[in-house]
Amino acid sequence: MKRTVPLIIAIIAGFVLLIANFIPYAEGWGLKAQEWFNILAVGAMILGGGNLVKLHLIKISGQRKGWGYSAVTIGCFVGTLIFGLFKIGVHPNEIYPNVGWSGYYLEGGSGLWWIYQHMIVPLTSMMFAMLAFYVATAAFRAFRAKNTEATLLLVTAGVVLLGQTYAGVWLFEGWLPESMQWLRFDHLTEWVMNIPNTGGTRAITIGIALGVVATSLRILLGVDRSYLGQD
Amino acid sequence: MLKILQNIDRRWVFLSMLLAVAIPVLAKTVFPVNISPQTMMVFNAIEDLPEGSRILLSYDFDPASQGELLPMAQAFTRHCSIKGHKQYYMALWPLGPPMVDLSIDTIESEYPNLVYGEDYMKFDYKTGGEAVIRMITQDLRGMFELDSKGVSLDEIPMTKNIKNIQDMDLIINVSAGDPGTKQWVQFAATPFGITTVSGCTGVQAPQMYPYIPEQLAGVLGAIKAAAEYEAAIDEVYPSIASNPKAQEAKRRMGPQLVAHSLMIGLIILGNIIFFVSRKRGLA
Amino acid sequence: MDKSSEASKNSNTLIWGIIFIIGAIMLVWSMSTSRTGQVWVTPEQHAFTADADGKYSATDTPSSGDIEWVTYNVVPDSELTQEVIDSGSVTLSWSRTIGLWLAAIFTLFILSFLVGDNPAYKFAEALVVGTSAGYVMVIGIWDVFVPLLLGKLAPGFVQTAFLPGMDVSAGTQFLYIIPAILIIMLLFQLMPSGGWISRWPIAFFIGITAGYRMIGYVEADLVAQIKAGIVPLWVTGENGFAFWASFNAVLLTVATLSAMIYFFFSVEHKGFIGKTARIGIWFLMITFGASFGYTVMGRIALLAARLEFLFGDWLHFIPSS
Repeated sequence: MKRTVPLIIAIIAGFVLLIANFIPYAEGWGLKAQEWFNILAVGAMILGGGNLVKLHLIKISGQRKGWGYSAVTIGCFVGTLIFGLFKIGVHPNEIYPNVGWSGYYLEGGSGLWWIYQHMIVPLTSMMFAMLAFYVATAAFRAFRAKNTEATLLLVTAGVVLLGQTYAGVWLFEGWLPESMQWLRFDHLTEWVMNIPNTGGTRAITIGIALGVVATSLRILLGVDRSYLGQD
Repeated sequence: MLKILQNIDRRWVFLSMLLAVAIPVLAKTVFPVNISPQTMMVFNAIEDLPEGSRILLSYDFDPASQGELLPMAQAFTRHCSIKGHKQYYMALWPLGPPMVDLSIDTIESEYPNLVYGEDYMKFDYKTGGEAVIRMITQDLRGMFELDSKGVSLDEIPMTKNIKNIQDMDLIINVSAGDPGTKQWVQFAATPFGITTVSGCTGVQAPQMYPYIPEQLAGVLGAIKAAAEYEAAIDEVYPSIASNPKAQEAKRRMGPQLVAHSLMIGLIILGNIIFFVSRKRGLA
Repeated sequence: MDKSSEASKNSNTLIWGIIFIIGAIMLVWSMSTSRTGQVWVTPEQHAFTADADGKYSATDTPSSGDIEWVTYNVVPDSELTQEVIDSGSVTLSWSRTIGLWLAAIFTLFILSFLVGDNPAYKFAEALVVGTSAGYVMVIGIWDVFVPLLLGKLAPGFVQTAFLPGMDVSAGTQFLYIIPAILIIMLLFQLMPSGGWISRWPIAFFIGITAGYRMIGYVEADLVAQIKAGIVPLWVTGENGFAFWASFNAVLLTVATLSAMIYFFFSVEHKGFIGKTARIGIWFLMITFGASFGYTVMGRIALLAARLEFLFGDWLHFIPSS
């Protein structure tokens, strides 16, 4: 019950999808399974939210280090849920003005929109933007031409960095003969992307595909059961 | 001197990067843009379609990648709008629908002649990522019974005759990761031969090149390609060229040049320190 | 306290001091020359009247019994002159103004991590986790749970309460009880005991994902890529043999094959295989170098966008984006 049923479910679900891909008669089963998969993904979202609350509540109740931040996290989570689920500040849909809850949950000026616009956008975008600083220090401290491989990486990175800006053109302007224009960094970048990069990436893509196919087969044939846990 | 450079506080590097980006932003420095053949492939994929062609635009990114991808998303919207294509918007990321809303705002403010439901429309977000793509290649209504305004697809002029996305003439995917361009290639472009172009982040762009041209009709890689795409549109449509909002990516290329030069400088300086230290037996 | 930590503390104080002084100067300058961080709006009236069939349509002349509300449109900074403000047609939106200031402050909180870990950054981090998780759950419920699950199990209720445009002719579709039960089973993961119950939906997930991946990767990344990799090495153009096109075709093939051989670990990398694998590494290094260049470009664009927000939308040093 604990291990056999899930194993059978995984095998049947996977094979239904495979069969539906090759046999038109089974297409309907495949569509239904996909629809359920998409619906179940919402369950995963709810589970994620539940887990977040659980972990932070444990931290707060135990008054562990930084529990105040956990309280902020839970406060924001619950606040966002209230504003979003109750559609606070949302007007009805203009096509159905008599249905109070028909409006768009992210309508400009609504509660959830305010949270999205003034909290989620600045915080998430700045967090990602921070990487600009870290790549700079990485370039300064770790990018060393220690051997042939490192030198190739470094030179390519340099050519692409310059080739992606006007500097790649400007550096060669006025002195490079017409027949040597291919040496311009923007042209070299194109060549690097189209030939060595495409070749290298294609090898990686094929390698990953082989790996994914092998892993999927192991799951579908019941060889890989790691997702069933320990007991 | 060598010792100072070897032990330099990394915060000086941070400060130099901040200034390298901030100064050109404040100075509004703009540099010329050369349009690459890759960008022209994307431009032509949209430009060569007859007026009124059906284009599915999937914006699979979030605010974290907005700085890199929104300019190209907006450029796609303007190009499709001025060409009079039918635009079907969707998003596979939970934080993607507001990105679509920005494009809808652009259509409403800059192309008031276009009518919702006849020239452009929006689908809701749906969970499942690649499963959504696979589903709508077979049955659009199985996933989207209604549009984002809650109207049945059968009552919307531009969707009532569409069974699935195999009826689209082109897919434009603006992608920041998974689900994104790779999944559109795997589940729509390759099995059903739907022409697809992509605008993606710099991190993803090199991974998409093997798919060109058979599985992808072209790729716009990060802000540089977005600037080129804006320039390509400007050349053909002067009315867009005079719109300052349509020059966002070009504007962002100013900070790029200075910051990239700084990166090169840092790499060179780091290596000088490394080689001198090695020569002196310090490394 | 040792010497190095004291020096670090001093340099921290110095850096924070300089940042605050520069920030204060910029803010004062901005506030004295512009409407820093202010958002002004114009009201827009919406009114809807019902016809004899009870169908609503927009009207410009609302009467009693009609449904009415007001929304507010932001006035772009370029259109906001003193004359416009004096005319009374625009009003200051306090909620949006406070929001804009908070957005700027939160941006600076995150940026402060560059100087070192600090409570402001941790606070911002806690905010982003909580709000993002809440947002994702809300959107999942409104866009998926309500139309695709609740709408099948209780179509009448969903149509009346949330989605009037929904087709309810099919009635209750009892088959959808299965995904509903699977969701409930999934939530057992949160329980102290009975976690094994969630294995059923997880197994369903895994099985479907394995099926998907298998189909997608075989078709697009294996067969199609091998096919795309087989290119003519002897390329001819209008003028006969095309040297550069042939050179590139050979190089592309060598790059793909040698890099694949590098990943082939079943044979020892010695002799011919070893040399080929070495060439493969070189091509992979070029690939990684190109990826690094592109990654840097992306990150800098993100930073430029955030600075455009701070200098434009908030401080008004440059036109708002």
